[in-house]
Amino acid sequence: MASKIKVTDLDFYYGDFKALHDITLDIPEREVMAFIGPSGCGKSTFLRTFNRMNDTIPIARVDGNILIDGKDINSPKTDVVALRRKVGMVFQKSNPFPKSIFENVAYGIRINRMHSSKSDLEDKVEKALRDAALWEEVQDRLNTSALGLSGGQQQRLCIARALAVQPEVILMDEPASALDPIATQKIEELVVELKKDYTIVIVTHNMQQAGRVSDKTAFFMLGKLIEVNPTDKMFTNPDEKLTEDYITGRFG
Amino acid sequence: MAKTGTIGDTIFRTILIIFASTILLIVVAMIYMMAVNSMPTIRAFGISFLTGSDWKPASNIFGALPFIFGTVVSSLIALIIAVPISLGIAIFLVEQAPKKLATPISFMVELLAAIPSVVYGLWGIFVLAPFLVNYLGPFLQTYLGWLPLFEGSPKGTGMMLTGGIIMAIMVTPIITAVVRDVLEVVPTTQREAALALGATQWETTKIVLGNAASGIAGAIVLGLGRALGETMAVTMVIGNSPSISASLFDPAHTIASVLAANFPEATDEMYLSALIEMGLVLFLVTFIVNGLAKLLVAKVAKDSGTAKAT
Amino acid sequence: MNESVHNRRKLVSKIMTTVTAACAIFAVSILLIILAYITIRGAASINWEFITSVPKPALDGGGGIGNAILGSAIMTVLASLIGLPIGIGAGVYLAEFGDNWFGSLVRFVSDTLIGVPSIIVGIFIYTLLVLPMGGASGFAGSVALSIIMIPIVARTTEEMIRLVPKSMREGALALGAPQWRVTWNIVMPAALSGIATGAILAIARISGETAPLLFTALNSRFFNYYIDEPMSSLTVQIYNFATGPFPNEQQMAWAASLILVGLILIINILVRILTRKKF
Repeated sequence: MASKIKVTDLDFYYGDFKALHDITLDIPEREVMAFIGPSGCGKSTFLRTFNRMNDTIPIARVDGNILIDGKDINSPKTDVVALRRKVGMVFQKSNPFPKSIFENVAYGIRINRMHSSKSDLEDKVEKALRDAALWEEVQDRLNTSALGLSGGQQQRLCIARALAVQPEVILMDEPASALDPIATQKIEELVVELKKDYTIVIVTHNMQQAGRVSDKTAFFMLGKLIEVNPTDKMFTNPDEKLTEDYITGRFG
Repeated sequence: MAKTGTIGDTIFRTILIIFASTILLIVVAMIYMMAVNSMPTIRAFGISFLTGSDWKPASNIFGALPFIFGTVVSSLIALIIAVPISLGIAIFLVEQAPKKLATPISFMVELLAAIPSVVYGLWGIFVLAPFLVNYLGPFLQTYLGWLPLFEGSPKGTGMMLTGGIIMAIMVTPIITAVVRDVLEVVPTTQREAALALGATQWETTKIVLGNAASGIAGAIVLGLGRALGETMAVTMVIGNSPSISASLFDPAHTIASVLAANFPEATDEMYLSALIEMGLVLFLVTFIVNGLAKLLVAKVAKDSGTAKAT
Repeated sequence: MNESVHNRRKLVSKIMTTVTAACAIFAVSILLIILAYITIRGAASINWEFITSVPKPALDGGGGIGNAILGSAIMTVLASLIGLPIGIGAGVYLAEFGDNWFGSLVRFVSDTLIGVPSIIVGIFIYTLLVLPMGGASGFAGSVALSIIMIPIVARTTEEMIRLVPKSMREGALALGAPQWRVTWNIVMPAALSGIATGAILAIARISGETAPLLFTALNSRFFNYYIDEPMSSLTVQIYNFATGPFPNEQQMAWAASLILVGLILIINILVRILTRKKF
């Protein structure tokens, strides 16, 4: 399968601190890749290099190459705004805007002028909400505040908001870590559903979750990529001793 | 609070309560003293004191409307100028400038608030007023002279426009500081959400402003409170004439400025009572306006607190 | 993606970035312009005579603002002697015992009192002290200034005390120390530098006040050490000189402003450097 994201020799620094060491990794199209590893191993930092979210940190610096669809996203010619529309992101804590449910989803469509008419906008919002498996629950109260939704609903709303701008890649940074088991299950089912159309990279603390949703898993430790393999193999017969120790719970 | 029961604690606490009560006592005494001393005009004129537009102390006719008009209009001019500029500065400081630049600029804007009012007045008389009469005034006259607002010619001896502009300079640091603080409270996750959807920096800023809306409203109301009560600088540049005119080039008078300018000459009982009654009105209005501002700003801190918790 | 929409959005963003930066530059420029005027027009006439002597009759030329400096100093010190203990005491109350309805009330009233126009304080003191005492006095002016100071000091004191870690109090309380000893011997010393900074900023603030002194302390053309008589102050002197018709007095207003603003700015900058952005 073709690779969507191709990372070569990536180093990442916060000031003098080197947070990622020499990472080379291919992420295939329309698959789910999970990043696992102990806290502070750099997996979230790595995820945020794909949509250049780290640009907001003044002391952050990146070396090496990240190609998405063959284009170097760190090149000075790259348009970050366009990149982020193509590479959507869902965060650890749901962060809906203090607007109505409808306006949250419509936001990205509006700023990009992706709608031809009001009814087109409504169609697109509905589609995004359906794709995020939220439509049934909110269709009667689209104009109420998004902050009134439950935590799990808010997170699916954030997924709908990300889907609405028609990205190709979706980055998920521990999207279910703040949710209860039922809400978590819904998010996981959604991830499996979404990979038909999207390339998904998901950071998770929860190894069972990685096992349930991902096709491939990458294991990180202390800013280094230790191992990347198909998820089945990773959890049954990892190549590296460190991976095995982590998966069997000897540390982390 | 657990009662430890020692006499020392009781004494200590009682002393502190007395100190804290002093603040309440001051405010109660203020209202009482001003109310008592303004009784003669309150009895004589009732509500018509506030609606009458004639102010003739020599004939014992006291209508405060010209001063209320001057206060409201000059404060509005100040806000129309100061609010966009303050928002711009605060957005620049919080959303755009690198910290190394934001810290000194922030401090310099704060210093604007440290300059005494009377010094603004001095600068207003000798620098700002001549500038307005020689440059900005003729410009407005030429291009907007058809508006009643800019009828006649600008007056160097004092006019509404100079008062409004000097007030604008003085309330800018106050509004800026509050807006800066409320923008800083908006969770980073809101900015990240917008950026991750492909929003530009300005579009992201608009999301942040939406989050801080009630705090920004509070900042503006706080600025209004300051403008309403601004005294020395305005007294020195606004022309001190109790007239109601549509033209910003005409002299005006505010409640605060008539107090500063005419209080010492008010030896007659009714005259003094009329001035004190205006002081009482100004006190109550600013007290309410400031209370409102505080509630609005507190709401932002509370809202972002709950947003973080979910 | 629609290329023209995209480019327009980025252009709008660039323009707005420029506009907001321009706002900041504008405000800083206004500060620099005002400071430049005060410095350039004021510096020329500052000399020993100006600082130490009393004003001469308007058209004589010469003379100075020595009495105004002295008056400002006396009233500021007296206002601090009245205002600081009350303000700090109220602040300690709010921080240590103020989590109840009474504390909330005092806090709310303090915050709104801070925003009340200072001329109102002048009127209040006029009715409270000047009328009964039969005339303006340095004492009445000092009380007016202290009223402006009290709520400011109370709120900064409260904030500073609340910064003292809970563990510090609990450690002492666990040893069986009574509350007042803990507050007095542990909490207050820990918060001392913060409280002092707040007090100094409040002193800087009242030293620039004019309106509360206009008809409480009035003015005087002589050196006056007696607080029961009208007393001159830098700010009222600047007001009278600036609004008067005589060029030499207007010139003295600039020089007096330079001294006043210089003092206030030095205090603010020193506090800033010493506290490294606590304020």
